[in-house]
Amino acid sequence: MAIKVEHEIHTRRLGRNVGVGLLLAGFIAIVFGLTVVKVLQLGDAKKFETFDHVARPQLIPEDEPRQ
Amino acid sequence: MSDVSLQEGAYETGMGDYFALLKPRVMSLVVFTALVGLLVAPGAVHPFIGFVGILCVAVGAGASGALNMWWDADIDARMKRTVGRPIPSGRVAPGEALGIGLALSGFSIVMLALATNFLSAFLLAFTIFFYAVVYSMWLKRATPQNIVIGGAAGAFPPMIGWAIATGSVGIESLLMFALIFMWTPPHFWALALFVKSDYGRAGVPMLTETHGRDATRRHVLIYTLLLVPVALGLGLTSIGGPFYMTVAVIMNAWFLNGAYKIWRRNDADCDADKHKVEIGVFKVSLYYLFLHFGALLVEAALRPYGYGGW
Repeated sequence: MAIKVEHEIHTRRLGRNVGVGLLLAGFIAIVFGLTVVKVLQLGDAKKFETFDHVARPQLIPEDEPRQ
Repeated sequence: MSDVSLQEGAYETGMGDYFALLKPRVMSLVVFTALVGLLVAPGAVHPFIGFVGILCVAVGAGASGALNMWWDADIDARMKRTVGRPIPSGRVAPGEALGIGLALSGFSIVMLALATNFLSAFLLAFTIFFYAVVYSMWLKRATPQNIVIGGAAGAFPPMIGWAIATGSVGIESLLMFALIFMWTPPHFWALALFVKSDYGRAGVPMLTETHGRDATRRHVLIYTLLLVPVALGLGLTSIGGPFYMTVAVIMNAWFLNGAYKIWRRNDADCDADKHKVEIGVFKVSLYYLFLHFGALLVEAALRPYGYGGW
């Protein structure tokens, strides 16, 4: 037997689920936005590019000897 | 074949019920004063960080509202004004309110610390603690001075806004705190004088019921007198200026005049004109706070053009 009748409870549950979904999406947007702003505030990209645990020859100053 | 039945009458909590737990009207005042504290502070804060900071303060204020509703559910159920709140009306379970209050408190404090600085996060944590524990759990049912000390919880937001921008506490932010702190008692007592409350039935000591209406009238005048130097003193700091001072002088004269009129009255006068003066003073008190903070904002807006400040 299929349930056809849309009870008010279903509408409320949908509203609640959509609400929680939007809150989570908003939270993700805030954390992402904060990350972008905080990283950009560091100014010189070299300051944070050096911390990515990967060898980046282009970050070594010109006058330093390259191996 | 199986039958599916739905329990008729079982209430399914909606998003709006959870939102009502956060006391949105109180939240709007908190957002306004915190925003003014942030905008009048010296130094620039990135707009997005400022936005997140204010959002955290709003969520923290909402969390303390939820904790207050959880604790006060028994009182709320006995008062006409509060019987429709989510917990006494059965729309939200008490445990859910406690969970939401604690979770949002933690979230808002940690996010504020990460987004801005530890001082503002500490101030927000203290505000939530003060409102939920010191005011709701302790003072509210213990002393008729509950409004006076509890008012501190509502006075912290501009200080938090200031701390978000500067990472410090200054004389300006302390005076903004003092302005709301000193304003709260005469504002609420003016209301208590004309609203027929059932606080007595709920077992909450209110000055009008423990010490009588004459004592309350005297308290309104005393606290308004103490409020005036704070409001004018704020105008002499770096965030004040001629515009703020003009607004402050007018509003303080108006408020003080009203408090004096209240002090001169008795119950017969109140019955005769149906609390016309008390209602008037209560309305003035609302404008009072809004215009003081609005004037601070105007001073800050004029400053880049060389007009704001002294």
